[in-house]
Amino acid sequence: MAEHYPALQVVVPLLAAPLCLFVRNGRAAWGLAVLASWSALGISLVLLSQVTSSGVISYALGGWAPPIGIEYRVDVVNAWVLVIVSTIGALVAPYALTSVEREIGARRIPLFYTAYLLCLSGLLGITITGDVFNVFVFLEISSLSAYALIALGQDRRALTSAFRYLVAGSVGATFIVIGIGLLYSMTGSLNMADLAQLLPGVWESRTVKVAYGFLAVGFCLKLALFPLHLWLPNAYTYAPSPVTAFMASTATKVAVYMLLRFFLTVFGAAFSFDVMALDRVLLPLALVAVVSMSLVAIFQVNVKRLLAYSSVAQIGYMILGLSFATVTGLTATLLHLFNHALMKGALFMAMGCVMYRIGSVHIDAMAGLGRRMPATMAAFVAGGLSLVGVPLTVGFVSKWYLILGALERGWWPVAVLVLLASLMALVYIWRVVEVAYFREFTGDERTREAPWTLLWPTWALVVLNLYFGIDAGRTAGIARQAAEVLMTGIGQ
Amino acid sequence: MREEIIVRVGAKVLAPFIIMFALYVHFHGDYSPGGGFQAGVILAAAFALLALVYGLEEVQRVLPPWFVRGCAALGVVIFAGVGVVTMLLGHNYLAYNALAPDPTHPEHGQHYGILLVELGVLVTVFGVMATVFYLFAGRKGQAP
Repeated sequence: MAEHYPALQVVVPLLAAPLCLFVRNGRAAWGLAVLASWSALGISLVLLSQVTSSGVISYALGGWAPPIGIEYRVDVVNAWVLVIVSTIGALVAPYALTSVEREIGARRIPLFYTAYLLCLSGLLGITITGDVFNVFVFLEISSLSAYALIALGQDRRALTSAFRYLVAGSVGATFIVIGIGLLYSMTGSLNMADLAQLLPGVWESRTVKVAYGFLAVGFCLKLALFPLHLWLPNAYTYAPSPVTAFMASTATKVAVYMLLRFFLTVFGAAFSFDVMALDRVLLPLALVAVVSMSLVAIFQVNVKRLLAYSSVAQIGYMILGLSFATVTGLTATLLHLFNHALMKGALFMAMGCVMYRIGSVHIDAMAGLGRRMPATMAAFVAGGLSLVGVPLTVGFVSKWYLILGALERGWWPVAVLVLLASLMALVYIWRVVEVAYFREFTGDERTREAPWTLLWPTWALVVLNLYFGIDAGRTAGIARQAAEVLMTGIGQ
Repeated sequence: MREEIIVRVGAKVLAPFIIMFALYVHFHGDYSPGGGFQAGVILAAAFALLALVYGLEEVQRVLPPWFVRGCAALGVVIFAGVGVVTMLLGHNYLAYNALAPDPTHPEHGQHYGILLVELGVLVTVFGVMATVFYLFAGRKGQAP
């Protein structure tokens, strides 16, 4: 069975999704979703341990050998991203039960789990496949189900924000498929490893450069890089709480992975940095994203929206690491993929607990909540400290590598900006902490702590935040190994 | 259109042939243009024609909304299930050679495999097309 794990990684949630629709009972569908997402986590952990010990795994779908057939190709980079996505998937699924029963009508609950599992299998598929057209197919699976998930929000504005996301996401996906089509027209191949061999022969052609441009814009739309982030804040704000926690920790991460995979593995680091000047294009955008979006986050009154803007800033950090064009910078990017998933997952889950009890995440509604919901708000504080980058949390580890990367290049102003943005993160987290802990509680007297079914996944993420903040050796080691694989390119 | 005798009889005569043609497009899909997707659309079109002539309620008595919605999910199960079966037979995911009845000619399995996964596509596309049609045709409220 073990040799089929690459296929099962995608097939298990994909097959569980339609089955959820058949059971037509919320609880049973939930059971299936939990089962599928935990098996996906188990499979991804086995795959990661296999690739770190014995190298790349290649799986020929349908028995057709690559480059003709579709190949699932697992190396350290995507095994790492698979673990990120499936960890969050496995924690959001149990969390969803209680939260969804409050936020979504009973009739739609099986549909919710169907869309959730489709989204999960789409994201896992993008990550695991070694075929560029397959990337597009899975991108559509994950995006279409994501639009549906966001539209399930209680607030009517969820519909318009899902529609805006649909428009932006479709433009992004179209640009990506145009880029893939142009690459195919130049090389006649869709296999990533094969493309990496063939592309250096046609580097000089304008078609390849145009393809690169289309792909760059498409990926940046999908990963919400400033100034292409406009779809993100509303989508995250009005989506149901478990959806926000899931999307914020996985969807943009997978988009960053796509960008790294295409530009560093398929095109190659030499082409990206020397010919296309990717680093010089992304550096200013990343810096503006980090500073301006942290600034915007400070002035938000809806805490989910605040965290959404903070996500755009955090994506800036990931792209900043890439724009250093060094192994250390890329290590910071890959570490931050994991670390940001942990911290934003914890923060949005804590907001889901607040939503469950008081029905609002407006900052004024949260006055004095620190005493009413101590465990929830403590989780928020811990996640917030991680976001700021306080030592002993994962946030510190990311920032450490990021600043190390900046100083390695001698770009000390960039390091100063990163520290400045961390202080801004402290400001917006502190605003919430101040309201929750230092104001009198004014809401309903019956408000009490969120149920444990919501709390344990939240705290599981908080504990992971602290654990990998203290014992960063393993995560940093894998991220460094992955960064080296990306920088040296395929087959070398 | 419910009173137009020619339209009513015409639709009644045409519908079975449209359904037959859908099946032809499906089963001939591995030799000639066509396949599950086109067949699913044609099959749904047959019912759309009947709904236009005889009314949505009449068609929904035969094909209730829950049924077409189930079809949409069932097709995915068929497609992914074929892959699981090949896996259980000891081959890679979706390796149709595993389905050959005669192990000395594994390539015959390709025909069966393609027909089966395309059947999954047909069922899903039919279900989705019919659901989309039902949703638009069933909209109540402001008349144009």
